[in-house]
Amino acid sequence: MATFSLNVNGKKHQVDADPATPILWVLRDHLNLVGTKYGCGIAACGACTVHLDGVAVRSCQLPVSGVGDKTITTIEGLSEQGDHPVQKAWLEHDVPQCGYCQAGQIMSASALLESNPNPSDADIDAAMDGNICRCGTYTRIKAAIKTAASN
Amino acid sequence: MTLIKTKQGRRSFIKVSALSGGGLMLGFNWLASCQPSVKPEAGLQLPDEWFDINAYLKIGNNGVVTIFSPNPEFGQNVKTSMPMIVAEELEVDWKNVMVEQALYSPEKFPGAPFGQFSGGSRGIMSKWEPLRVAGASAKQMLKEAAAQTWEVPVEEITTEAGVLHHETSGKSASYGEMAAAAAQIPVPEEVELKEPKDYKIIGHSKKNVDGLDIVTGKPMFGMDNQTEGALVAMAVHPPAFGLTLKAIGNADEIKAMPGIKDVFGIKAYKEGFKRGYFDTNAFPELAVVVGNTTWEVMQARKALVAEWQPIESSDSVIDRFGADINVHTPAGLENTVDHNQQMEALMDKPGKVVRRDGDPESAFKNAAKVIESNYSAPYLAHNCMEPMNFFAHVKGDKAFVSGPLQAPGLIEPTLAHSLGIPEQNIETEMTRMGGGFGRRAYSHYMVEAALISQQVNAPVKLIYTREDDMTNGIYRPTYRARYRAALDENNQLLALHVKAGGVPESPLFANRFPAGSIDNYLAEEFAIDSNITTGAFRAPRSNFMAGAEQSFLDELAEAMGKDPIEFRLELLKRAQENPVGKTNDYDASRYAGVLELVREKSGWGRNDASMHRGVSAYFCHNSYVAHVLDLTMENGKPVVEKVTCAIDCGIVVNPDAATNMAEGGITDGIGNALYGEMTFKDGVPQKNNFHQYRMIRMSEAPKAVDVHFVQNEINPTGLGEPPFPPVFGALANAMHKATGTRYYHQPFLGEGISLG
Repeated sequence: MATFSLNVNGKKHQVDADPATPILWVLRDHLNLVGTKYGCGIAACGACTVHLDGVAVRSCQLPVSGVGDKTITTIEGLSEQGDHPVQKAWLEHDVPQCGYCQAGQIMSASALLESNPNPSDADIDAAMDGNICRCGTYTRIKAAIKTAASN
Repeated sequence: MTLIKTKQGRRSFIKVSALSGGGLMLGFNWLASCQPSVKPEAGLQLPDEWFDINAYLKIGNNGVVTIFSPNPEFGQNVKTSMPMIVAEELEVDWKNVMVEQALYSPEKFPGAPFGQFSGGSRGIMSKWEPLRVAGASAKQMLKEAAAQTWEVPVEEITTEAGVLHHETSGKSASYGEMAAAAAQIPVPEEVELKEPKDYKIIGHSKKNVDGLDIVTGKPMFGMDNQTEGALVAMAVHPPAFGLTLKAIGNADEIKAMPGIKDVFGIKAYKEGFKRGYFDTNAFPELAVVVGNTTWEVMQARKALVAEWQPIESSDSVIDRFGADINVHTPAGLENTVDHNQQMEALMDKPGKVVRRDGDPESAFKNAAKVIESNYSAPYLAHNCMEPMNFFAHVKGDKAFVSGPLQAPGLIEPTLAHSLGIPEQNIETEMTRMGGGFGRRAYSHYMVEAALISQQVNAPVKLIYTREDDMTNGIYRPTYRARYRAALDENNQLLALHVKAGGVPESPLFANRFPAGSIDNYLAEEFAIDSNITTGAFRAPRSNFMAGAEQSFLDELAEAMGKDPIEFRLELLKRAQENPVGKTNDYDASRYAGVLELVREKSGWGRNDASMHRGVSAYFCHNSYVAHVLDLTMENGKPVVEKVTCAIDCGIVVNPDAATNMAEGGITDGIGNALYGEMTFKDGVPQKNNFHQYRMIRMSEAPKAVDVHFVQNEINPTGLGEPPFPPVFGALANAMHKATGTRYYHQPFLGEGISLG
């Protein structure tokens, strides 16, 4: 066990954990931020996507000891009131079915738009191919990303 | 206007009210504690006081209405559409409606075990009447209350958007003002239901009531349960089907690991328990690790050493909803290679005849030409994005359980028996499910969580890792089908023969189309016992038969020189005008209707050399769906440009959400047809996570899906499943157009395989 100082959603947190603990489980079990989902544990489904200094990363593969001073943003910290353009577009298109993968989808999409405000279809495919949705909401996700980009 | 008996007298209502007040035994409701209620519209004010009107709704003194959604939600959007139906008959403004997921309550929602069941695409269909009656009864009680208060005849009172009016006296009152008085009115024995032409909510798209909570990451899934003081548990099951737990080798070592509280074995069922039809479980004995945090338990679980031993073959009697059935479970470690050989061997032997029309044997003997094709599909894993999990707190003879499950009514008796407590001492909370697809109709993981809680005497959250989830069984079975057609010298169809089978069940529906449209028809089936467990998977059996049948009809149309839609319509015309046999289970005119609609909407017949089109239509879960799938080839890979879809599922309650469901079913179907596959070697599942089990991803999804519903006033039928099965055929037929090759064996593309 060791103590780590983390900046999550703009707040400082002290966490006592095994240094190998993935940030996913630190968020969920230690900080009670359960919006970030566990899907596969091997970075193959994207459900656990968070932003590390604004870049989309799979939190199931990021040990708490590897975060350092970098800032973490989770779905809970993406906006104050659920009014980030990507969240608004998701609501406008009524994207979710079961909803479990959607936090990861939104975090991947918002990181994409941050670095590429007007992505092509191919850009969207490349950025979003790491996020699985068994319900098959991909067509709405793509439409929502385009709406968010245009706003 | 339709008059309908409410089937619920005053007495039963009183009983329901009493229960709703005193039902909570452990005094804790996790979901309610983190989300008092769902608010579809921001800024909705909570009332000072609620008045229970019936099991489905309560009205606040300020006119806000809470509608309880009875069935569990797994993405089919019943949590929005079911309350919409109640609100329609209640005549309340949707913006004043809050929605809550009901707890499991066979008293409030009768019809156990299916009173609160999500599966079989039967949610809206089975609740269509009770939901409307609940809304209409409440409206009638409000009218009676107003009539008594104002001393006017009840017939003169009208309602609109949550307000009661009496025109002659000019009096009016909101539902909130009359709620207290309405709660005292006896439940009417008969109510009037609205005509579809008067609907203001049904048929008008409403956003998902959980939408905002989903996009902001609010806790709502079983996996999100963070009950104070709860321990985390994980279970280790045998590595292969055909093995069971013998002993845990290093329990003391594991218990000494950081954060670990206990290590022990559990048995899901007590001796002598007669299993129900949904108590499917290849691994009823598990090694369990319990600790403080998920990561610590994961590490301990990896270090745990268990000894396994072979199972013995067994014969058991299972209760299939009141009827006994015998199930044989063979011993041994099974292989996909052997399954395939066994199915092929049985395919060449006579099967069990399940339907015979005319004289098919003679027709084949006299045929000028016989066309024969063989189809196969592997086992599939459900791969719900939220792995199996459940929270349980067992305290003495009481239990509170909370988590994702499709069928609480099917598992409660099992849970009560395994815990040794009465069923009425169990309170069950149904969390939003991160997918279901049939998998969560088998909630053995709920029993496991409760047994662990009972053992450690603490609240426990049991989590399956992805690997646990994917290798635990309850797969879609593996199937085979052989279709044969006899043609005369003029290429006219004389006879059709289908033989189908699988491990452990046959996929055949003998009385479905094209049965009924062909004079000489023979259907045979076979099944092979196995210890690999299987279960319902989005449109069971249909999910294979539709692809095989619709691919064969396409091949047949080609051989007969006919347009594939025209050929199907000719067969359906025969079934409509002069059906063969009396046991056909489909409506040929509605079937033809979706084909005609998809032909029109897809612009079928237009000439585009680069666009390869495949058509397919199927009937299942009481609904009719036809697809036209447009495909291009890029670097040897199929790119689905567009799927045009026509659906007849009767009245559509929430059109945009229904469209979403069809889009998803189509994408899911393409993914499973191209990539879905689970195989076995010596009983060991050969894939355990998404690096091996290929799922469809964004770049492979259709670029566009265009969904159309047949407009009619037929009571709603299924929608979650029907768009899924016909996709397999539409895709295979379009791929044939693109490559000149017929695709008989799923998955059409494996890992890294490209076409052309």
